[in-house]
Amino acid sequence: MRLTGAQALIKSLEMQHVEVIFGLPGGAILPVYDPILDSSIRHVLVRHEQGAGHMAEGYAHVTGRPGVAMVTSGPGATNIVTPLADAMMDSIPIVVITGQVPTTAIGTDAFQECPITMVTMDITKHNWLVTDAQDLPRVVAEAFHVATTGRPGPVLVDVPKDVSNAPMDWYWPAGLDDLDLPGYKPQTEGDPAQVRRAAELILGAARPVIYAGGGILKARAAEVLRALAERTGIPVVTTLMARGAFPDRHPLCLGMPGMHGNYTAVTAMQRADLLIALGSRFDDRVTGKISAFAPDAKVIHVDIDPAELGKVRRPDVAIAGDSRVVIEELLRALESLGLGPSRGSSVSGDKSVAGDKSVGGETPGTWATGTVTAGSVASSRPDLAPWMAQVRAWQKEFPLAYDQEEGGALKPQFVVEALRDATPPDTIVVAGVGQHQMWASQYWKFDNPYTWVNSGGAGTMGFAVPAAIGAKVGRPDKMVWAIDGDGCFQMAAQELVTASAERIPIKVAILNNAYLGMVRQWQELFYEERYSEVYLSPDLPDYVKWAEAMGCVGLKVESAEEVAPAIEKANGIDDRPVVIDFRTDAFEKVYPMVPAGASNDDIIVGPSGGEGGR
Amino acid sequence: MSPPRHHIVTAMVENKAGVLARVASLFSRRGFNIFSLAVAPTDNERFSRITIVVDVESAPLEQIMNQLDKLVNVVSITELAPEEAVEREMLLVTVEAGPVERGQVIELVGAFGGTIVDEGVGGTIVDEGVEGVEGVEGVEGVDSFEGVDRMTVMLAGTPRSIDDFENLVRPFGITELQRTGLVALPKLEPGAAPGPSTAPLHSTAPLHSTAPLDSTAPLHSTGALQGEAG
Repeated sequence: MRLTGAQALIKSLEMQHVEVIFGLPGGAILPVYDPILDSSIRHVLVRHEQGAGHMAEGYAHVTGRPGVAMVTSGPGATNIVTPLADAMMDSIPIVVITGQVPTTAIGTDAFQECPITMVTMDITKHNWLVTDAQDLPRVVAEAFHVATTGRPGPVLVDVPKDVSNAPMDWYWPAGLDDLDLPGYKPQTEGDPAQVRRAAELILGAARPVIYAGGGILKARAAEVLRALAERTGIPVVTTLMARGAFPDRHPLCLGMPGMHGNYTAVTAMQRADLLIALGSRFDDRVTGKISAFAPDAKVIHVDIDPAELGKVRRPDVAIAGDSRVVIEELLRALESLGLGPSRGSSVSGDKSVAGDKSVGGETPGTWATGTVTAGSVASSRPDLAPWMAQVRAWQKEFPLAYDQEEGGALKPQFVVEALRDATPPDTIVVAGVGQHQMWASQYWKFDNPYTWVNSGGAGTMGFAVPAAIGAKVGRPDKMVWAIDGDGCFQMAAQELVTASAERIPIKVAILNNAYLGMVRQWQELFYEERYSEVYLSPDLPDYVKWAEAMGCVGLKVESAEEVAPAIEKANGIDDRPVVIDFRTDAFEKVYPMVPAGASNDDIIVGPSGGEGGR
Repeated sequence: MSPPRHHIVTAMVENKAGVLARVASLFSRRGFNIFSLAVAPTDNERFSRITIVVDVESAPLEQIMNQLDKLVNVVSITELAPEEAVEREMLLVTVEAGPVERGQVIELVGAFGGTIVDEGVGGTIVDEGVEGVEGVEGVEGVDSFEGVDRMTVMLAGTPRSIDDFENLVRPFGITELQRTGLVALPKLEPGAAPGPSTAPLHSTAPLHSTAPLDSTAPLHSTGALQGEAG
């Protein structure tokens, strides 16, 4: 079958079961937009190419399938650089197709020429410049394979206009052998000797903590993680990228660690004698001052990317492999050492916690740890009860806290809790970057995987609105709430026009404190309250009018009493996007906080400073 | 004796456009220092070999290897500790050698096992675009160089012997000098069988000193690698 390169490109995307492309056309990509008219693939026309990239990310976050974005050359391509960098940091599989000037014009500074493969070399997992239309199906297959296997990540395929127009003979690679990737062989299974050593360390630890990262979600390992935690009775912290990977309401869940993590999660890691790092990468926002991080802990580090092992902290046991596969291997190794599954255990399929908000997080010991074979390694295992008692004491003494005074300024945490309590348990929450993101992560109860979408590693302001749109496209059956800041909202609000035009009914809660709040917080705490360029005004723009102008319902909330009715009204609207402008207390700060560069031992739990200062 | 500061990493890479840029960019982005880098085709036209001498004080070797391995175009990597490697480098140097010095230079070249690959007067080999190179002035007026011969010497050897040779010929006057950077292969086990660390990298022997010059220069790029930004 004779096709043009453009037709072959779209057909290749169909062969990859792509259901939606987020994009915006332009000169160099024009040929590829023609066959879209004849394709079954939905195209969502964005208002800015950055929106297309973040939508693809949001889609990938919640579906696990690669998000696809398509833009033109030059500025179209450079506008999607930020989402690529964002996806690289958070290991999100997206496939970006860019138009390029004709091969004959490359290197001549042609109109809208940009060497986008060079620009994105270090912020994509891999990229391709296609110079022969005949290569297109193979390159598309390679791009999806690379994006979705091993450590997932963004890829970019740059397609010059003459390649799109050139004829080719259609084919589709039958399998991996037809791909030209001799240097790409991701390893998924862990080294058995290392897995056994890890199991022995687990059975020898008195103060262990599971440090679960985003890799758990990428590996679809939430169920086996829960099995591991329950069988061993080891508490779990879930990083910003792993919120929802382990149910917040599970008795073993300690919540989020790190710079704005809760006291118990941070301190349990500091005092641990064993950290079991699963798909996490010892990010500086988690470790604080690295030399003072978890000083007494041995480390088991499991990651599919061997370059993460020892990059920041030298592990005692390093296992390169897929988190799900390795946890399964670990469970078998534990069994061979005498720690079997508990009777009636919930190794898989037990959803009694997930989705059930009634499960109490306060009562310890409501899970059944594994059965222990007499005389085995497991039978001489240290008793974890003193450790768990310590953990419970911290939880009791240092809970997350804020004070919503009656008639006082509306607290952002109060809004998050009200939203949490008024929405279905599997609601997808999408955040931008800053204070609102931390409050959302802290105060939401994530009991299901793939319900939390945010920009973790890159910290990309403006992420929430487009990512929420992508998430809603991927999971139209679920309610999708973006929790955004006023600063973030202004960076990508134009995509609400996209959402209105495409009937993608997301809901946006702006925690409007009239400031670039996180920067304001740092200036207050570390720059002697010298506020430099952080004030935004609560009324400029008028968020309600702006929302209405973009085809959304706009609401404004100024007091605690108005919160619940507004959310209820928003939840009842399903034919267009809704924006609620919550006027929140500008002086509220995110606590706990570990100052940048400080040890996690120096965590500040509240406004009056010091441990327990609240 | 302190452990060597450098390590040799050889990477077999796909012979595709942009690969050298990816490798160089990775080192730059991660803050890994490179002492030298040499690229050459292998006997399989699909692959090239990059020999990189890395500064192991700038980053742990394991981290450098793991990051390099993540590049999709990198097929395999071999790491060679200096004591486990046969290391060679090539030097091309143009030396001023008038009738008086000529004999001494030839003797030196012979002692180091080098080869004289060109002889003439300065003007014919000096790049006119280069400023400040001794002897550039008056290139047109060959008369002024009358009797002043130069020779270009090729020498392949260990970096140490190249250093020594360079120091010994320097007093005669060096007008042009080009070193290739190190290339290396694993040492063979005594008794011939390749050691376990020998990677299945098929190689031309780019430093064979008797071969014609144009086929031995390790920096000779293949078409696909040509014109890459460093």
